[in-house]
Amino acid sequence: MKAFRKFSFWMKTAQAALLATAVCFSLGATDAGSRFNNLNHRLMCTCGCAEILGECNHVGCPNSTGELNELRDGIANGQSDEEILHTFIGKYGAIVLAAPTGHGFDLVAWIAPFAVFAAALLGTILLVRRWSVGKTVAAAADPVTMDPAERERREQIRRETGDGGF
Amino acid sequence: MAAFGSFALLIALALAAYNLLAGALALRLIATGQPAAISPERLADTARRAGIAGFLAVIAAAFALVWSVFANDFSITYIMEHSNRALPAAYKFAALWSGQEGSLLLWASLLGIYGFVLRLTHKTDVKLYAYAGTILAGIQVFFLSILCFAAPPFSLYQGAIPDDGNGLNPLLQYPEMVIHPPMLYLGYVGFSVPFCFALGALIMRYPGEKWIKVTRVWTMVTWLFLTAGIFLGMHWAYAVLGWGGYWGWDPVENASFMPWLTGTAFLHSVMMQEKKGMMKSWNVWLIFSTFLLTLLGTLLTRAGLVSSVHAFAQSSIGTWFVVFMGLVLAVCIFTYILQRSHLQSEHHIESLVSRESSFLFNNLVLLTACFVILWGTLFPVLSEYVVGNKVTVGAPFYNRVAIPIGIFLLLLTGVGPLLPWRATSFKSIRRNFVLPVITFWATAIVCLAVGVRPWKDGAFDTGNFYALVAFAVSVAVFTAILSEFLRGAGVISRQTGKNLFLATWLLTRRNTRRYGGYIIHIGVVIVVIGLAGAAFNRNIESEMAVHDKMSIGPYTLECVGFTQDSNLNYNSEYALLDVYQGGKKQFQMSPEKRVYLITGQPQTMVAIHSVPSWDLYVVYEGTNPDTGQPIIKAFLNPLVGWIWAGLVILVLGTLVALVPSISPSTASLRVPVRSAPTEPALKGGHQ
Repeated sequence: MKAFRKFSFWMKTAQAALLATAVCFSLGATDAGSRFNNLNHRLMCTCGCAEILGECNHVGCPNSTGELNELRDGIANGQSDEEILHTFIGKYGAIVLAAPTGHGFDLVAWIAPFAVFAAALLGTILLVRRWSVGKTVAAAADPVTMDPAERERREQIRRETGDGGF
Repeated sequence: MAAFGSFALLIALALAAYNLLAGALALRLIATGQPAAISPERLADTARRAGIAGFLAVIAAAFALVWSVFANDFSITYIMEHSNRALPAAYKFAALWSGQEGSLLLWASLLGIYGFVLRLTHKTDVKLYAYAGTILAGIQVFFLSILCFAAPPFSLYQGAIPDDGNGLNPLLQYPEMVIHPPMLYLGYVGFSVPFCFALGALIMRYPGEKWIKVTRVWTMVTWLFLTAGIFLGMHWAYAVLGWGGYWGWDPVENASFMPWLTGTAFLHSVMMQEKKGMMKSWNVWLIFSTFLLTLLGTLLTRAGLVSSVHAFAQSSIGTWFVVFMGLVLAVCIFTYILQRSHLQSEHHIESLVSRESSFLFNNLVLLTACFVILWGTLFPVLSEYVVGNKVTVGAPFYNRVAIPIGIFLLLLTGVGPLLPWRATSFKSIRRNFVLPVITFWATAIVCLAVGVRPWKDGAFDTGNFYALVAFAVSVAVFTAILSEFLRGAGVISRQTGKNLFLATWLLTRRNTRRYGGYIIHIGVVIVVIGLAGAAFNRNIESEMAVHDKMSIGPYTLECVGFTQDSNLNYNSEYALLDVYQGGKKQFQMSPEKRVYLITGQPQTMVAIHSVPSWDLYVVYEGTNPDTGQPIIKAFLNPLVGWIWAGLVILVLGTLVALVPSISPSTASLRVPVRSAPTEPALKGGHQ
């Protein structure tokens, strides 16, 4: 019962924290969006400086001013974000986008890191579980066969590293 | 001097080749016990001495190049292309690494220095050092071959010798450029040494884990150099490129970051091998990978494989690196397959929630981060190859993919040290984690209350969101580390009666490795806080005539004049800006724009006023060609100073970790080294 009460206390604390965060998140979230700023950070300057269009700082850059004007025109003409980006791709090539798109082969760029991480994580968890189960089975099957010197050495390690540390 | 330098390089190559061949033969004879006309021990010693002589030869070649720069010997093509008479002395020295050939010579020189130290300290373990020295000689043969045949630094200028050289790239004429490349190279090259020890130990089936202890100092020093090199590069980018940022996910930046990640993973997981005999294969492959990544980084920098703003060092020597990398990989795989039985773990991880598994997950996340960066760097090439369409993988990709991984890694930095070895209990978790969890939520709520909110212009903003999470996690991790210090110091304080400060000092001295590591983690936390500040950068750009004003954050900048200056190297224009805060004049800033006479290339010299809460960063961008008015761009970059402060703490922590503990508290934990092989060791060897 005591354990249940403690568990309940921690659950309520967690709920309160989440609620407080959600309230704070909602404050002021209704400001007008800035599509221009968002879009110019999704595009590259094409002058060869390898900078984000919105951050290209070359005085007299031959390309960035034109690109920014095209972006403004696109927004003023009521084009959607996708339409504007497609227009840029059509004119400058896919290299004008600051990051791969979410379509076709580009999607692989986004999926691969998470897929690799998930696979590695899963593999590691399964491996550690296998080791821990194997160890339990081995210990249960034959608990007395460990070399006493080895047992003593391991116990010493455990005692002396019990507080952790490098 | 050109002939002397070329000759020195050829001698260095011959000596390195002798070191490799004689060393390999001697070690083979020792391993097989075959009778030979010459004593293998003496042969191995001649190989070692050849390595030392080779160091002198390669240093002589580097000296010849530096001498030629200072002597304005424009008959040497490299000097003509990378220096000029008016170049200041410090930058003349920097000319050594400003171009392809010179930077390869720097690489070979540093490898020579590392090899020299290694060979001088060979009595630590003669046989292991003989293996490591021989492998190192193999690497040196590769670099010296390139220098002698593919990228000779002393090649003579064809035609009439010009009166003056082309000068140094203006981007490189900045104080950091005198120390950033050598630091980075010390890091890059330094990882050759642990690689050689790891490969050598594997080839000779080195008994026990002593080789790890031998290489620990090498690895940590190398890691320190690489870390400092990367941060100095960031500061250079921040102060010179004039875009207000310090990291652009450029392929060359990525190339330096990847070995840092795997090297960091190695420094963590190697503790598992030392303490518990675990992760042996993993560690061997980590150090192999780190070395291969340093080569890959060099390949990316030089071969033009991917587009990069670091175009000043590109050339066609990529094939050499590809072949060498293939050869190294083949040797690593072959040796691993042959000797893998030697790498059986003595123990396995017993629980998913334990110190051991935290090391494993830490490694997993570091390697995932490395993969993400490698993937992002090479994806444009892959995309072009697969679908014939080159794409850009820029900051938005890395910000979305790498930042969450980085925050998760930071979280592990705090969680790991709080977990006990072997297994943990709910009670233990509750005891150790309550405070960090409370500080996490408290920080998040305080941040939200003071305006650090996950939206911008009314829309959800991932940058702001990540910054908020990073702040909260950073404070939680800092709390966790601090509680570890206080817990240990409290015990010592009770035992010795010393105050908490002295007890913390004593605690650190008793286990410098552990608490030095914690100090490094604090440095990382400080750096992350600084990085998270970037989400709230602001900037304003305006044409400014005299007495015009612009405001950003709490500052008002008033232009009080423009002036010009010139010297033999460049002409410059300055803007003089009085900076007001709260209506009072606080200081003056003078951003500058230079035009280098010899190249005609412009260069910004940013004015930075740094306080803990932010940097006021002002760029004089030049004049508007249409109006003739000067253009000033001002940035207010929050918390940037924390990044550099974090580096100082990081360096301090590493130095602490390198100092031997006053009482080796874990000495009795070492797994006893199994008896050495019965074959006679090299004369004077220590097993």
